[in-house]
Amino acid sequence: MTSPVPIPTPGTPPLIELADVRKRYNLGRPNEAEVLHGVSLQLAAGEFAALIGPSGSGKSTLLNLIGLLERLTSGSYRIQGLEMAGLDDAGLTRQRRQTLGFVFQFHHLLPAFSALENVTLPVLMREGRVGRSELERARALLDAVGLGEAMHKRPGELSGGMQQRVAIARALVLSPPLVLADEPTGNLDRHASDEVFALLRRMHAELNTSFLIVTHDPRLAARCDRLIELVDGRIERDGTTTGGDAE
Amino acid sequence: MLDWLGFERRIALRFLREGRMQTLLIIVGVAAGVAVVAYISALISGLQANTLAKTLGAQAHVTLKAPDDAVSPARAPASGTATLTMTQPRAQRLRSIGNWQALVPLLEARPEVAAVSPMVSGAALALRGEAAKSIALMGVDLDRYDRIIGLRSKVVAGQARLGPGEAILGRELADDLGVRIGDRVALTTGNGSAGSVSDSVRVTALVDLGVRDLNRRTVLVPLRAAQSLLGLPGGATVLELALADVWSAQDLADRLQRELPLKVESWQQANAQLVSALNAQSVSTSLIRGVVMVVVVLGIASVLVVSVVQKQREIGILRAMGATQGQMLRVFLLQGAIVGAIGSLLGVLLAAALVWAFVTFVRGSDGQPLFQIALAPGLALRIAALATVCGILAAVAPARRAAALDPAQAIRL
Repeated sequence: MTSPVPIPTPGTPPLIELADVRKRYNLGRPNEAEVLHGVSLQLAAGEFAALIGPSGSGKSTLLNLIGLLERLTSGSYRIQGLEMAGLDDAGLTRQRRQTLGFVFQFHHLLPAFSALENVTLPVLMREGRVGRSELERARALLDAVGLGEAMHKRPGELSGGMQQRVAIARALVLSPPLVLADEPTGNLDRHASDEVFALLRRMHAELNTSFLIVTHDPRLAARCDRLIELVDGRIERDGTTTGGDAE
Repeated sequence: MLDWLGFERRIALRFLREGRMQTLLIIVGVAAGVAVVAYISALISGLQANTLAKTLGAQAHVTLKAPDDAVSPARAPASGTATLTMTQPRAQRLRSIGNWQALVPLLEARPEVAAVSPMVSGAALALRGEAAKSIALMGVDLDRYDRIIGLRSKVVAGQARLGPGEAILGRELADDLGVRIGDRVALTTGNGSAGSVSDSVRVTALVDLGVRDLNRRTVLVPLRAAQSLLGLPGGATVLELALADVWSAQDLADRLQRELPLKVESWQQANAQLVSALNAQSVSTSLIRGVVMVVVVLGIASVLVVSVVQKQREIGILRAMGATQGQMLRVFLLQGAIVGAIGSLLGVLLAAALVWAFVTFVRGSDGQPLFQIALAPGLALRIAALATVCGILAAVAPARRAAALDPAQAIRL
């Protein structure tokens, strides 16, 4: 099922590159525990990869490290060749804003804002205002995820699948090079789950954005181009799949 | 400028709108606090202004008098000799301020002094028919004295005029003597060794000085007439000063006391009890204002702390999306400022309504308003600005908490 990992073109740094990354919690306390034991990983621009593993294997921790929501204890983490280890909170936030989009399992839309407003939030955050062109892009993204008609509805008025599609549009509005999705279909029924996954694939094909998707669902994982399996804080398996359904 | 805090403004307003009930409660709390502070401030300053106006309506802000006659100490005894001395204090005679004519322009040249009036005052008797009343005889220059206590505005009958042989009497004294405008009254002074001096004066006006006891004793005559009646030709026993700012009286009195060999007294020294009562009132008012503001701050802070806890997940998601700690801090500071500002505005309006109600409905036994109070725009603005700043300060702790939230942990909640 797996084959060797694609190597980035020589000369251009990989999109992300983790080398011997360790993450320990409760440092210096009796309950100190290492969750990631020297993870090394590269992701090239334009990849569509799945990160799988049993519960407690460190998937979420690894995703949080890659998403700059947590700091690594040791090792090196580079985004487009730039080392992240020494950055302060402001630097990490800036980098997060520039490079990353997030899709979470529980949608995490802001309930007080309409679908369109939720999608434009990253723009508002960066610019202080939403210009005409950004608004058009947000509308186009909502159209693309099939929510053109529901863009003025609040999250509470949308189904789980629709909310997740809004979250995908929001993750893509600033055209980040990498979207991190944490169990994006984990909270959806099979039909909605297939729809959302198909949407992720379509967006990947249309926008050339890299996706790293944490999932428990082997059916969906098999439809990604690359499969990374984490077991007990170590990468157990990393290779391309044969079942990728890139459009 | 439209972009200024665009993100923070949108999020703050939406958070406030989302927690409508909390926001309403917090704004009502701020409004009530501001209304209490503004109303009490207006009431107390109105009350104090009224008390001061009544007190200072009949007296100068600073008075200068000749120093008391003192007993010269006996020659120092030779060393080794013990002596016991008993000194009898001297009886004080009426004395003129030395060279007062030269002093008046010097005092007038001081920027804080609004008016200077020389006066000769002493005890005398007013006689009419069989009535004899003990009086306080005051010789003044009418125009100068008018600038000290606004005498012309206190005239209740006749026309204020002090030509030679004319006098102005307190209203109650006129009643006691049974005189009307145009009647004559005899004034007589017991002038020590020179015997008694008498003069007859025509009453031109009656005045109400605001204090019944003063009205029962006061007789104003021209300066020269009093000088001759009291045996002080060319003299002035008191120099009275009116100041532009009544509260600078003590400071000026202290400085004059150091510079001049005279007895200087400010209105504060002359009314020490009143001043300490006013001070106690001011301290109590400040205390009440302080406590109310603390309550307002705690109210805003507690509601915002709850809001931060309720919105942890949203804060986490915003942080994950790239909101900086500074942006999250400002979102909550802005919420404090917004509720502070809206609450202040409503509070000032409420205070204005309370002031109106006081002026309209609270009356004394004579049907007149007890005293005038007004909510000065400057005061209202200061209180509103203070409450808004308090709103921001109250938001500091919740805002710091929001900014410090770990996004990864907040999302997991």
